[in-house]
Amino acid sequence: MTDPASTPWSGYTPVQAWDEAVDVDGQVREPYRRVYAEIDRMSGDDLYSRAEALASSYLAQGVTFDHAGEERPFPLDIVPRVVGADEWDIISPGIAQRVRTLEAFLADVYGSQRCVTDGVVPRRLLASSQYFYRTVAGIEPGNGVRVHVSGIDLVRDQHSIWRVLEDNVRVPSGVSYVLSNRRAMSQMYPDMFGAMGVRPVLEYSQRLRAALAKAAPGGVDDPTIVVLTPGVFNSAYYEHSLLARTMGVQLVEGRDLETLNGRVYMRTTAGRRRVDVIYRRIDDDFLDPVQFRPDSTLGAPGLINAARLGNVTIANAVGNGVADDKLIYTYMPDLTRYYLGEEPILPNVDTWRLEEPEAREEVMDRLHELVVKPVDGAGGKGVVIGTKASPEELDATRRQILDDPRGWIAQPVIQLSTVPTLTEDGLEPRHVDLRPFAINDGDDVWVLPGGLTRVALQKGQLIVNSSQGGGSKDTWVLGGVRHRGGASLPPEAKVELAGVDPVPQGAHPEDYAHGQQQQQQQQQGPARSGAHESGEARP
Amino acid sequence: MMLSRIAESLFWIGRYVERADNTARLLDVHLNVLLEDQWVDEPSANASLLTVMSAPWEPPVSRGDVLQALAFDRELTSSIAGCLSSARENARRAREVISTEVWESLNTTHMQLPRWTRAARPHDYFVWVRERAAVVWGLMSATTSRDDAWYFMELGRSLERADMIARLLMTRNLEGTTGPNWTTLLRTCSAHEAYLRTVRALVTEERAAEFLLVDRLFPRSIAYNLDRAETILQEIEGSETGRALSNRARLALGRARTNLEYRDVREILADLTGQMHEVQAACSTASDLIRDRYFLPASTTLWSQEAL
Repeated sequence: MTDPASTPWSGYTPVQAWDEAVDVDGQVREPYRRVYAEIDRMSGDDLYSRAEALASSYLAQGVTFDHAGEERPFPLDIVPRVVGADEWDIISPGIAQRVRTLEAFLADVYGSQRCVTDGVVPRRLLASSQYFYRTVAGIEPGNGVRVHVSGIDLVRDQHSIWRVLEDNVRVPSGVSYVLSNRRAMSQMYPDMFGAMGVRPVLEYSQRLRAALAKAAPGGVDDPTIVVLTPGVFNSAYYEHSLLARTMGVQLVEGRDLETLNGRVYMRTTAGRRRVDVIYRRIDDDFLDPVQFRPDSTLGAPGLINAARLGNVTIANAVGNGVADDKLIYTYMPDLTRYYLGEEPILPNVDTWRLEEPEAREEVMDRLHELVVKPVDGAGGKGVVIGTKASPEELDATRRQILDDPRGWIAQPVIQLSTVPTLTEDGLEPRHVDLRPFAINDGDDVWVLPGGLTRVALQKGQLIVNSSQGGGSKDTWVLGGVRHRGGASLPPEAKVELAGVDPVPQGAHPEDYAHGQQQQQQQQQGPARSGAHESGEARP
Repeated sequence: MMLSRIAESLFWIGRYVERADNTARLLDVHLNVLLEDQWVDEPSANASLLTVMSAPWEPPVSRGDVLQALAFDRELTSSIAGCLSSARENARRAREVISTEVWESLNTTHMQLPRWTRAARPHDYFVWVRERAAVVWGLMSATTSRDDAWYFMELGRSLERADMIARLLMTRNLEGTTGPNWTTLLRTCSAHEAYLRTVRALVTEERAAEFLLVDRLFPRSIAYNLDRAETILQEIEGSETGRALSNRARLALGRARTNLEYRDVREILADLTGQMHEVQAACSTASDLIRDRYFLPASTTLWSQEAL
């Protein structure tokens, strides 16, 4: 930072991926204009000290994750990610459409399985899916909703096209970071929000609460909603408690719940209290030891039975995992056409199903330039990136595919889009993805304007998971109400203000007199006023 | 109405913060006594103090051992650092019912602990602890609705305060030293000025003891806090009367209080250690009964599952 003309942007050059802030000629793209200018005015040290302030405010608030037994602040980058209104007009309806398709598919899978009889999805695909639970077939949720909350992962490829990478309709997490990131960033850049028309995210909790209330079993007017957490040692505990707090509902653990005669209760200081809706943040397997893992102590025995009797709503519904299956993912465009009669708005990432002979043949020849993923893997487990694998690894993968062609899919390597990110070497392009959150209340799918942007902090790294050292960014969706600074009030507002008769603020009468005396004393000389003050303070 | 698990956490937040505050006061006095008393037998005074605080010890007990056990050890709930850490852990579990301000004050206190436990002068640490406790109480009082959340915290606090003042008065008779005088004890409870205003006389043993034991208006007398705990139990119980366990907790507290109130203060002073022991036992019994009644231990869980 010795050169006075240099700004944090000096030396920022996009790599081969689509950079969302700067184009190949070095021109700043429209949505980022204001952010670029704001940062341009700062020095490099300014940026770092702001980043430090962000981290320490997260520590004080307890927005942390455990790293090797130590509490670290959740990494939030100082540069926001900006999504233009025109892009959001594609993403938001695209996500809503996806959720409607997933809802229709899940209702069908756990109902009459029309998609199988009509030949859209092969029967063996459902039967072999690890997360298909026959035990919940026939359970009809309160208002028909199974995907109350979803997190559909999106990526933007090198041609700036938004694509769906993954569907998460079990217990998608991360929305608490969207809310806390926004709170922290609005303190950091107070003027920019109004001036840019960034859409607010704070209504999420109220929306969720309303959607959960609407999902309550029939006949319950004022449902009791709870958030079910595995406990304080869970890595997402912060999120669970934040959601419970901002929705104004109880945060319960499995041991707080008990079921009696097919009804669910929580133990309170005033005895048992009936529970109507459970927003659970526990995986299916651990939810009910009677139905699933008998050694689980996180859930409560009898929950599934209570749900089957229609006495309690579990959100998200049990068994949703079948829709997260990566082979089902490849059928999503067909399913959209089949159930909704619409063309998919957001395309998938091109995927080869390796059980199909011609696809397998093509993939085998090009393995070194593709990504191969197991269909039931999560969190990047078992993924082989062909461009980085050794010949031996490729051979092993080839053999695995031939052994079990149904267990694998292949995709081209996607160069995720990049966004400027503060690193040890200043601002540099880093790859990002986006997880927008959607809430389905039964009548309408609402997509939270924004979502969690995860960023890979290492250079060239394409995996953004926080377990792999990823960070996050606040995501600003434009197109909301703009407030221009210094706008004058309309004249009628002033008239109204003038009409108000102000009530005077009271004060101790001697304090008023004393203040005047003190002023006089001060005018005579500062040395005496101190003595006078201490003499007057104790009458 | 609130979850039993949460109520228990709130109860313990109240107890831990109050314990940290009073332990800081008590240690401050103890270190002063050691400095001022020329004929002090320090190891036995230290050992005797640890006994009063029911902390384990092995002879000889040095000043460092006392500070470690009662001020710095983060694993012990008898120490200030342990109390503040545990209070914060409980706050984390009850995060959704306590206000953000209270959470952040407990969280930042916890995070600043390492810096303060390295402070050169223990006195500075004690001053800081008392200040942080005051901040936490102030924020709680300003941001908590007066519902069960407040009652359980307040219940924990008043029980702990009664218990800790009883322990503090026990140090009057520590072995190996003449112990702190009554003016010091009053100062430790921030009661000296209130005493002078109320009694309008110099500090005498009987008057001072009476003030700390049974004064009805001063918030750091034992009887005041026992009475407060009884009142809160009644509030929590509300219309739901006739539950034996809760009544028994009130019974234990009420008996301890009336024992102090209706007894000649000279009688109490003659057997100060025994009488203070009674107060602590009553607080402990009440705490157990409250747990059984409101926090539902694991055994009850098993039983009700069988009944299903």
